[in-house]
Amino acid sequence: MEIYDGEFISEMESIARRVRSHAVTMIYQAGSGHPGGSLSAVDILVAMYFHIMKHDPKRPDWPERDRFVLSKGHAAPALYAVLAEAGYLPVTELESLRKMGSRLQGHPCMRKTPGVEMSTGSLGHGLAAGNGMALAAKLDRKLYRIYVLCGDGEMDVGETWEAAMLASHYKLDNITMYIDRNKLQLDGPTEKIMSLEPLGDKWKAFGWHVIEINGHSMKEIIQATNEARSIKGRPTVIICHTIKGKGVSYMEGSLHFHGKAPSDDEYKQAMKELGVARE
Amino acid sequence: MTWKWESQRKQYGRALIELGKERSDIVVLDADLSTSTRTSDFAAAFPERFFNCGIAEQNMIDTAAGLAASGKTVFVSTFAVFGTGRCYDQIRQSVAYPKLNIKIVASHAGITVGGDGASHQIIEDIALMRVLPNMGVIVPVDSNETYKVVKAVAKSKDPVYVRIGRADVPTVTDKDTPFDMSKATTMRDGDDVTLIGCGIMVSKCLEAAEELAKHGIDARVINLHTIKPLDEKTIVKAARETGGVVTAEEHSVMMGMGSAVAMCLVENFHVPMKRVGIPDVFGESGACNELMERYGLTMENIVEAAHDVLKRKK
Repeated sequence: MEIYDGEFISEMESIARRVRSHAVTMIYQAGSGHPGGSLSAVDILVAMYFHIMKHDPKRPDWPERDRFVLSKGHAAPALYAVLAEAGYLPVTELESLRKMGSRLQGHPCMRKTPGVEMSTGSLGHGLAAGNGMALAAKLDRKLYRIYVLCGDGEMDVGETWEAAMLASHYKLDNITMYIDRNKLQLDGPTEKIMSLEPLGDKWKAFGWHVIEINGHSMKEIIQATNEARSIKGRPTVIICHTIKGKGVSYMEGSLHFHGKAPSDDEYKQAMKELGVARE
Repeated sequence: MTWKWESQRKQYGRALIELGKERSDIVVLDADLSTSTRTSDFAAAFPERFFNCGIAEQNMIDTAAGLAASGKTVFVSTFAVFGTGRCYDQIRQSVAYPKLNIKIVASHAGITVGGDGASHQIIEDIALMRVLPNMGVIVPVDSNETYKVVKAVAKSKDPVYVRIGRADVPTVTDKDTPFDMSKATTMRDGDDVTLIGCGIMVSKCLEAAEELAKHGIDARVINLHTIKPLDEKTIVKAARETGGVVTAEEHSVMMGMGSAVAMCLVENFHVPMKRVGIPDVFGESGACNELMERYGLTMENIVEAAHDVLKRKK
């Protein structure tokens, strides 16, 4: 298929590189934030805003737009960086993350930031909120779709499974859920803290169509989403296998960088690795 | 005094159906208690706009948030104990913080739940809801007012908590009594002491005022249906003109309506005051009347409190 040609993929990947560099820079400048879970989600976010979703950065409240809910609200830096690259915010505003008076709160606030569809941060809320949007779309006979990105740690939350039941009960085939399966949560590996496997079987048992992919492959993210769109009568979950801290060697697979900003030296190295020259 | 006792829930059901007919943006959610909360009436009339979420209140609140974010006016109902405490984080994060158009209309509040016992008798819901920024708190006094409150809150886009009971309550207003969210209703004039009640306790305040009148004491009675935003003007005026205030609520005295009034008066106009309400304890199973007596929610309790305030006035 033409759209997956080398040029398209390499352009998407270069946007992803810029987004990673913004996210790390924002967290470095703020002195706090969550680099690990931001970086693992970048490729999914870029695929969303630069290919998958029907949206218009000039009209964030366009009624026909697809909706994206970042359930793992601590990945806010990655979301803001993508929104800026897409044109919702000036890129220069990114440095205001977590600062007093900023539109860019530590966790997403739908009342402050254009393009943010739901206020999140307390974990496990996003899928249910997405379901509400999906029900509204069905009531209004609208064709827009709802995309929700959850962290794998959110699979610990009871409400996630309540929402899984509801989506399936009401046959919400207009919602697609992505799980950022980076396999690490704050206190350690998910399988050590609260084992999730067999995760795909759990979602299947809840009535969902399940797809598993490499969450850093643009091609796989887009193909899986196309498959999800074609599934009727039930929702789809895409389990995206990812690497926490993806793109910065010393952050990859590191618990240390779940919720900590890089030091001066670490920051310089990160920028070098991401191939972006910065002062 | 003899009262006509009527169901608040029935009027909630009636008002919802009218709203459903008038407006296509009205949707209703319940958590497997629709036949008790009477959202089942709406469900029967508008099945496509009613979503039963099962016994999953957290999920219900966030689902409501998604619907409200998509332009719907969402009524969410269950028992008050589950509709506040059980899903507090969801209300905080997804209703109050983003200021979404969600009306939590919860029934079976307070001790008059009766036989179900302490597990179901929430006496701290007003406290939980009134500390949330952006959240309104209304306690309709009777069946007529319940109908008017439901119609009124549907006109606003703000989140609100509406507290109604299980049991039938004395009808103290009539169908034509105007309801204004921003104004507490003065039910009886008097200059010696003010009795401020909410919900079922307003009828007890009116009974207490009758009793006090027998002793030559003129009590003013105020129905403080809206606890947030608080009508400070009416409260301060009453304190100034009567010099003493008694509050009465079917709720813990810790942080409910009485404490809202106390905070207002402490900062604006000091008068002797006494709060009638449930002490800092959990309830138990029993008949409504027995429980009201056991936990200090009678006309006599209000009269006694009024005498105490009058004594301190001098």
